[in-house]
Amino acid sequence: MTNTQDQDTTLPDVTEAPNPVIRTMRMLWNDKFAFVSVVFLLIVLLCAIVGPFLLEDAATKQNLRGRNAPPFDFSTAWPYWLGGDALGRPLLARIIVAAQNTIFVAAGAVFFSLLIGTTLGLIAGYTSRIISQIIMRLADIIMSFPSLLLAVIVLFMLDSSVFNLVIVLAITRIPVYLRTARAETMEVRERMFVQAAKVMGASNGRIIFRHILPVVFPTLITIATLDFAFVMLAESALSFLGIGIQPPEITWGLMVSQGRPYLTTAWWLSFWPGLAIILTTLSLNLVSNWLRTALDPAQRWRLEIVRKKNG
Amino acid sequence: MGERLLDVRNLSVDFHTTHGTVHAVRDVNWHLDRGETLAILGESGSGKSVSASAILNLIDMPPGEITSGEILFEGADLLTMHAEERRKLNGCRIAMIFQDPLSHLNPVYSVGFQIAETMTAHGQSKAGTRAKTIELLERVGIPNAETKVDAYPHQFSGGQRQRIMIAMALALKPDILIADEPTTALDVTVQAQILTLLEELQQETGMGLLLITHDLGVVAEIADRVVVMNSGEIVETGSASDVYHNPQHPYTKQLIAAIPGNGIMAQQLDQTAPILQIEKLSKHYGAFVALDEVSLTVLPGETVAVVGESGSGKSTLAKTVLRLQDATSGEALFEGRDLVQMDRKDLFKVRRDIQMVFQDPTQSLNPRMSIYDIISEAFVIHPEILDKQHWKARVCELLQQVGLKPDHMYRHPHQFSGGQRQRIAIARALALEPKLIVCDEAVSALDVSIQAQVMTLLKQLQDDLGISYLFIAHDLLLVRDFAHRVIVMQNGKIVEQGPVEQIFDAPREAYTRNLIAASLSPDPEIQATRRIALDELQGANP
Repeated sequence: MTNTQDQDTTLPDVTEAPNPVIRTMRMLWNDKFAFVSVVFLLIVLLCAIVGPFLLEDAATKQNLRGRNAPPFDFSTAWPYWLGGDALGRPLLARIIVAAQNTIFVAAGAVFFSLLIGTTLGLIAGYTSRIISQIIMRLADIIMSFPSLLLAVIVLFMLDSSVFNLVIVLAITRIPVYLRTARAETMEVRERMFVQAAKVMGASNGRIIFRHILPVVFPTLITIATLDFAFVMLAESALSFLGIGIQPPEITWGLMVSQGRPYLTTAWWLSFWPGLAIILTTLSLNLVSNWLRTALDPAQRWRLEIVRKKNG
Repeated sequence: MGERLLDVRNLSVDFHTTHGTVHAVRDVNWHLDRGETLAILGESGSGKSVSASAILNLIDMPPGEITSGEILFEGADLLTMHAEERRKLNGCRIAMIFQDPLSHLNPVYSVGFQIAETMTAHGQSKAGTRAKTIELLERVGIPNAETKVDAYPHQFSGGQRQRIMIAMALALKPDILIADEPTTALDVTVQAQILTLLEELQQETGMGLLLITHDLGVVAEIADRVVVMNSGEIVETGSASDVYHNPQHPYTKQLIAAIPGNGIMAQQLDQTAPILQIEKLSKHYGAFVALDEVSLTVLPGETVAVVGESGSGKSTLAKTVLRLQDATSGEALFEGRDLVQMDRKDLFKVRRDIQMVFQDPTQSLNPRMSIYDIISEAFVIHPEILDKQHWKARVCELLQQVGLKPDHMYRHPHQFSGGQRQRIAIARALALEPKLIVCDEAVSALDVSIQAQVMTLLKQLQDDLGISYLFIAHDLLLVRDFAHRVIVMQNGKIVEQGPVEQIFDAPREAYTRNLIAASLSPDPEIQATRRIALDELQGANP
């Protein structure tokens, strides 16, 4: 009897585990949209980190002769190329400086809600019925409360600092991850490979982190990127109400709302920060799309096949 | 030559994928006459379903493409016909039934509505449809058709659902009925009933029956002629008994040789201390008794097969022994220690000794882990087995032991075929060096020839390593060549148990006899005599 008769001959033999870093870079290069998005996000990140140190002064200096200065006037200094705001402050410099607060609030809120929501969701999905019920009812309470109202109450009582804003936004977004993680966990835990791990004697921790989380994670990451945009807008709404970020601190959302009264006469006040929000969200979406494919061994070939076509 | 009912000429179908073009069907010719049953026999990937899909215009194009050929229905070429004309033919003149009736019935409509829909969709008035629907349901053997017509699909058993599908297909008295693996998901006794029904209906209406199957037994039972397909080509065609007795092509020969049930039956082992001794094990789900005081023993190096139809409690038995669920009462002694009462720490140790191989290897291997990770997980969980520096060498060794290449260890499960995946699952079980492996329908999801290979592997591992198997299966013929002892279960109880020879040659219980009689023999002549025996048996025990 030939034991190897049902051998799969269409695939090349892999003798060594491929280097994961090189492989990832190659897959990223093959998806041009994702590649451009990553480059854009790196630029945004760079602005967020070093922007305030270099441009803090330029961004806050008022210049009443340049009030609502129109964009694309290249005779002026470069921070004014995208125009000036109502107090004559250069828009480009302000956008770069505002990146720090915006990214910090959004990334912080998304990160904490993702972390807490996923943890609770996995616990609720995998452990006993009672714990699951308690966690789910807590989530229901948060969800039944309008998130903006909750934020208004909490921020009214506490100081309206960047850190408090992150906490409030994180709490309101926890149920989204929690419910998704729980639902997926309950589906995955019944799959046979989980049963197989149990038969081998795997601990609960091992089953959750090695077998369930990798299957659930791509879905959560996709939600997280969509949520990123939501949080940015929620933050601007709170800032608009005067309980979020307080001037002179700035964020993109605050800039959009500050430009609102001038929309008919000076559109660029709201347009540029709005564009920054849109591009960041779009890039995150494209990257998460790529990530979902890259993380799935069964789908990964889609990103590797392009390489062969390109030679 | 008179006009054929259906004539497929030089049909070729390609599928364009990113891996290149796959020739699913290459230059295939066959025909079907009125009142005739033609079986297309082949294993998965042989292209047997694709040609039937082409008849009903069910191929997705793209990626599919019909590159050549014609399909003549009463002389008219279906492939050049307008889509609207084809729609009129589909369901009305040519109907189809599928393998899994549950997924092809809409769960939110009553079955009566769905059967009536086929009629109204083809222009019949609504007035008489209800009476006709009830008549049809009665004809296909649904009891209390008057009331059942308003029931929903989930309220029927698997066999009844398939009867409903047949009623739906026959609603408009088609000239051709295409049956794609109609009995694969059903129990053997139900399978026999459905095949009988199909045959009766064919004789009544004189339609042409096109049967797509992987099972030579089904072919022997019902087909007049058979077309054997392998990787998109017809390798052999002829009458059912000619093909079985005089296979010409090597592939057909190999297929027939791979059928279990013709080998030498194993002798009973000498009585020694049992490795597993189950005493009056019960499992209740509320009022429902899934497992009712089951007692059995497994000796070291022995294979005990547990056979039963769906709902017999055989999978519950496996899960309870492995403590994937807790027993209600009774005990299961493994080397003298009770598994049912065992605490976490002892259970963890005993996990090394009892392993399991699951039914569907596609689902039992984590799709996101590489083969190396899957197998070496055993060593991560039980670090006392092996030092980390030896893991790689041991994984290589295990892969070779189950007939795979060490090179495969960095691949992921989706890159393997079904048989290879089951080999990986076996390697994973072996990594813990178990004394007992519970195989839950371990080869049921595999093609016949792959099945034979995996069974050979299991047997060889038993000879080399002295492993005991608790082998759970629904297919009696499969265990005939493999098991030392057979246990027949029904409704959570053990009906009969004994050495394999006794069960097959001199079964005591009526249920066992019924089960053996209902399983299909690939030999058309033997099957014919068996059929008569089964009719007598069921006449005697209604």
